[in-house]
Amino acid sequence: MRNRILFTLQFLFTLLVAAFLAVPAGLSIAAGVTVNYFRGIQSGVTLQWVAQVWELYAGTILASILIAVGTLAVTLVVGVPAAYALYVRGGRLARVVEEIITLPLAIPGLAIALALLLTYGGFGSFRRSWLFILAGHVIFTMPFMVRSVMAVLATIDVKSLDEGAASVGASPWRRFVDVIVPNAAPGILAGSLMVVTLSLGEFNLTWMLHTPLTKTLPVGLADSYASMRLEVASAYTLIFFVMIIPLLVAMQWIGERGHSR
Amino acid sequence: MNMMTRHGAALKIENCGKTFADGTCALARATLDIGQSETLVLLGPSGCGKTTLLRIVAGLETPDGGGRVLFDGKDLTRQPIEKRNVGMVFQSYALFPNMSVAENIGYGLKLRGLPKAERAAQVAELVALTNLGGLEDRRIDQLSGGQRQRVALARAVAIRPSVLLLDEPLTALDAALRERLRGELNDLLRKLGITAIYVTHDQAEAMELGDRIVVMRKGAIAQIGTPREIYFTPANRFVAEFVGAANIVEAPIEGGELILPGGRVPVAGPATMSRAVAMVRPETIAIADAATTGLAGIVDGVRFAGDRQRIIVRDAASLPLAVDAPNTIKVRTGERVGLSIPPDAIRLLPDEG
Repeated sequence: MRNRILFTLQFLFTLLVAAFLAVPAGLSIAAGVTVNYFRGIQSGVTLQWVAQVWELYAGTILASILIAVGTLAVTLVVGVPAAYALYVRGGRLARVVEEIITLPLAIPGLAIALALLLTYGGFGSFRRSWLFILAGHVIFTMPFMVRSVMAVLATIDVKSLDEGAASVGASPWRRFVDVIVPNAAPGILAGSLMVVTLSLGEFNLTWMLHTPLTKTLPVGLADSYASMRLEVASAYTLIFFVMIIPLLVAMQWIGERGHSR
Repeated sequence: MNMMTRHGAALKIENCGKTFADGTCALARATLDIGQSETLVLLGPSGCGKTTLLRIVAGLETPDGGGRVLFDGKDLTRQPIEKRNVGMVFQSYALFPNMSVAENIGYGLKLRGLPKAERAAQVAELVALTNLGGLEDRRIDQLSGGQRQRVALARAVAIRPSVLLLDEPLTALDAALRERLRGELNDLLRKLGITAIYVTHDQAEAMELGDRIVVMRKGAIAQIGTPREIYFTPANRFVAEFVGAANIVEAPIEGGELILPGGRVPVAGPATMSRAVAMVRPETIAIADAATTGLAGIVDGVRFAGDRQRIIVRDAASLPLAVDAPNTIKVRTGERVGLSIPPDAIRLLPDEG
């Protein structure tokens, strides 16, 4: 009997917490498809706000995807070999480099953005292109890639795999491609998941770096909150939500398949 | 694959030593010749430098300045392992978890640009040779320890290496399996007729597999010889005790006889010494009637081992003597027994203080 009461109380508490988190999301989504939020849902359901957002902000959505893909490409090409090199080399120098790469986690995005602006603000065409934001995102997301790859390297016997491949005649590059990367795949996938989602959602740094022509989705979102009807901003959130959830699920699924293989 | 012939390179290790960055000397400068298709065993306790020497031959370590490694007279000291064409079986096997059994075995051939059909044919041949039939598509984590060991061996042999290097390949296996695979490995090495260097701390493995054995201790070579030479005529006390069981007796010599607390034993050899360190293998001592032998002692214990029994005899020498006797002999603890030792079974060792 006592157990039942305890269980019921715990269950109710869990429901309450879930509701606390879920209700705002639900309200926001509802607001995005309501004709007039202040009159409530009885004013009717519409997709006009979604359409309006697409019209106004389609560019920011595409820019976000482009930058996320670009960031992923750079962190893969630079971060995976870097993690391998840091892991294999070891020692104090490697630790110092790792600390430096990890530093952007501790520094506020605004400060990084300010440093980028001070240093490269003068290079007009770079400053105005989306590559400027890409640079910021790479700095911000790199530690996630490097760390997750290094973590997985620590769980496999890199040295003996490397020596095993070398013994049958594999060059350092072939060893890396044929043996190290496939066996580090779970870490690379986990790192990619982090990089893409962080890049899509990044606001602080991007807000400082953007120009009216290089706006990303979160910056556009802030813009719409500040200057548009609440319904438009909510519809925008809805689009963001619809975009990022399948991506998260897909990458999670790939990641899990990689683990269970 | 052309079998039953001599394969591989003749190796020359010249003046190779290894001092690590922190100043520890893992290997004193050593010079060794290894003949074509010879199996050389590096034997010694852990930390004796045997693996370091193997890794220098492999190209995984560089010898200290002045050391050279020659394959068929060609100096490969500066070449990394991937340029030396060596086949290596690692203690951990170092198999690739991302590849199947067949892919593991064929990886070296793939790197050499062998066409797919030819590669498959060679892999099939190796699979048959190493009794891996039916496991070609398995993943490495689905194999038993013995199977992994065979995949590692097949992968190393696949590239037709100049020399096959085996770093304690059986250590990770349990005792029964180890013994069986030791036999298989021996057959395979003879069949392939390839130059091989085999590192182990197990003297039974060394005896069975080696054409010659290099016994190592604390980074230096203690003795080089055939298994029989090493066993019957050890060069020093360390070799005598490390390889097989040995009774080491320190005693004065007088008139060509060893003077022991339990009697006198004639020795063959230089009569000029006045004191000797002598080695006697337990199986060369025979239990006899105390009245007929010059040496006698008291039975201190009997350990029955099935095929034979080990009898410990005290008061014959300064230390208790181990005697391996046939399992039919009946002795009781406390009984006084005579010991007969043929003079040529006593090996006098240099006194190292």
